Amino acid sequence: MDIHEYQAKEILSRFGVTVPPGGLAYSPEQAAYRARELGGSRWIVKAQVHAGGRGKAGGVKLCSSENEIHEATNAMFGRKLVTHQTGAEGKGIYRVYVEGAVEFNREIYLGFVLDRSSQRVMIVASSEGGMEIEEISAKKPESIVRSTVEPAVGLQEFQAREIAYALKIPASLTQQMVRTLQGCYRAFRELDATMVEINPLVITADNRILALDAKMTFDGNALFRHPQISELRDKSQEDPREANAADRGLAYIGLSGNIGCIVNGAGLAMATMDTIKLAGGEPANFLDIGGGATPERVAKAFRLVMSDSNVQAILVNIFAGINRCDWVAEGVVQALTANPVDVPVIVRLSGTNVEEGQKILAKSGLPIIRANSLMEAAERAVMAWKNDRKQNTKVRAV
Amino acid sequence: MSIFLDRSSRIVVQGITGRMAQFHTKEMLDYGSNVVAGVVPGKGGETVFGIPVFDTVKQAVEATGADTSLVFVPPPFAADSIMEAADGGIRYCVCITDGIPAQDMIRVKRYMMRYPRERRMVLTGPNCAGTISPGKALLGIMPGHIYLPGNVGIVSRSGTLGYEAAQQLKDRGIGVSTSVGIGGDPINGSSFRDILERFEADPDTHIICMIGEIGGPQEAEAAAYIQDHMTKPVIAYIAGLTAPKGRTMGHAGAIISAFGESASEKVEILTAAGVTVAENPSVIGETVARVLNKRAA
Repeated sequence: MDIHEYQAKEILSRFGVTVPPGGLAYSPEQAAYRARELGGSRWIVKAQVHAGGRGKAGGVKLCSSENEIHEATNAMFGRKLVTHQTGAEGKGIYRVYVEGAVEFNREIYLGFVLDRSSQRVMIVASSEGGMEIEEISAKKPESIVRSTVEPAVGLQEFQAREIAYALKIPASLTQQMVRTLQGCYRAFRELDATMVEINPLVITADNRILALDAKMTFDGNALFRHPQISELRDKSQEDPREANAADRGLAYIGLSGNIGCIVNGAGLAMATMDTIKLAGGEPANFLDIGGGATPERVAKAFRLVMSDSNVQAILVNIFAGINRCDWVAEGVVQALTANPVDVPVIVRLSGTNVEEGQKILAKSGLPIIRANSLMEAAERAVMAWKNDRKQNTKVRAV
Repeated sequence: MSIFLDRSSRIVVQGITGRMAQFHTKEMLDYGSNVVAGVVPGKGGETVFGIPVFDTVKQAVEATGADTSLVFVPPPFAADSIMEAADGGIRYCVCITDGIPAQDMIRVKRYMMRYPRERRMVLTGPNCAGTISPGKALLGIMPGHIYLPGNVGIVSRSGTLGYEAAQQLKDRGIGVSTSVGIGGDPINGSSFRDILERFEADPDTHIICMIGEIGGPQEAEAAAYIQDHMTKPVIAYIAGLTAPKGRTMGHAGAIISAFGESASEKVEILTAAGVTVAENPSVIGETVARVLNKRAA
């Protein structure tokens, strides 16, 4: 689960990380007023969206008067910010964060991630902050310092000092750097984060260490023990269809193709998308309806996939093991009878009682296109979609 | 032979009184698995299908000689159950639970290191379908009848893709020595490499079918191991060629977040290591059959 920059800063400051004073605003008037409260003569206003790359996309502005703030934020509110991380549809700007502008001499990159090789929390730091970590790895790989944390004892002071020395932090700031690193680690550990990133962490002109930006991602599987983190969820930053699916226990990810997929199991769902691509089509979505494939879930899945107006054919691929194919076929027939769809439906069942399942689909009278292998199903789906497009008339499934 | 699991395995089901756990315990018993005990704190003294339930793993091990565990405990409590099994003398543990916090798994892995190697429990999963040695024993939630006994070792992150492979093999009359699900989580008990080592040492496994997906370093680590140490042929399939970067594809661990984690990069790395990679999931069985025939010829 992602949170906003201002929320991450609030959390990290509770763990001893120093952040600039700032104020949140929901309107241009509030933004201007926040600037007056903060004082000073130059401010940074930052669009609060769940994505990186805001600066280049016009989501961060330096302003030197309340009027400028009003104008700059007026242009932001309600707009979709498109960054290289948001996809073409962008993310809506409904909150901005106002901070006093800070003079600084150096920018440092600081990241905490779950390292899957060592299966531990890893600290990644670089003296080349301000760039994204991918860019640093490409351009200045030698500047990157890594350190893994022993989970039984946590981040030790010597480790934090080693990082500070490697980054050539001025001696007078070593202790503050140690406090920053340990604070981030404690926040990561205690709140079940999966990522903490401060980029840049700056050394200011008046010789302080300050987190100018902050990003935190939390482990969705651990939210049960962090209700205060759940409260930070901002649904305006989520794809409504994906959020809706997740709330109903379905894993759905919208893509840009035309062939909708309904599959049980995440691996099989990915494999289905891949096979559609190999057959010359483009998948419209990833959808894992879970192991069971009950009629209710199949019906929900049809409604969800059909809510994407780009979908011109649906491929259902179910491996029925303990739940036999005949039972799954009944579910598909029930779902399509109750909720007719106006695009071709291709069904491929495998596993137990395949023949009985096929018979049920055939006897239903529904124009379901059947297939034996996944490749065959994908080819038929692509063909049905192409024919459908050619005729420009939609085959009714009922 | 087989790896991890056979007729002599004495199985304890942790969380046996849950609805799903009972359903799958029944399936395991019907398959012939030797389930000897259940563990649910506070329910010691009860029975499920005539199997005695104990409050702790240690009690179950003492009373029944259990050496193998299946963890069927809800996510908030699953890590604790795995550690209890490790401390209670269990040799092999499969955790089915999906949704365990990643940092709980980091602690589990660290905790298991406190036992010397020869006494250290082997964990596969979590978030997996389990392990089956066809014709001998089933430890998990997979449909047992799609596996024929034989000489192909299957190791898969995905449950249903593993079934898909087993079914395609069965359709060709090809059987399986052991099929191991390593699960879809970012931090898991055993890696591809760990399982490949076991298959390499198992005389009854002649060929290995490895089913990976996007995310994480374990396919690349397996490729290095295959290249340097394996004498048996490995065929692989990697799911997720069309998966967008930075999105979690159902499995918590199925996310491309670093270099080398995409499906095409993994296919490239495995191919370079001499692995035969099946281009699409429909030809997994066919590819295994082809490599087997080539070897026989």
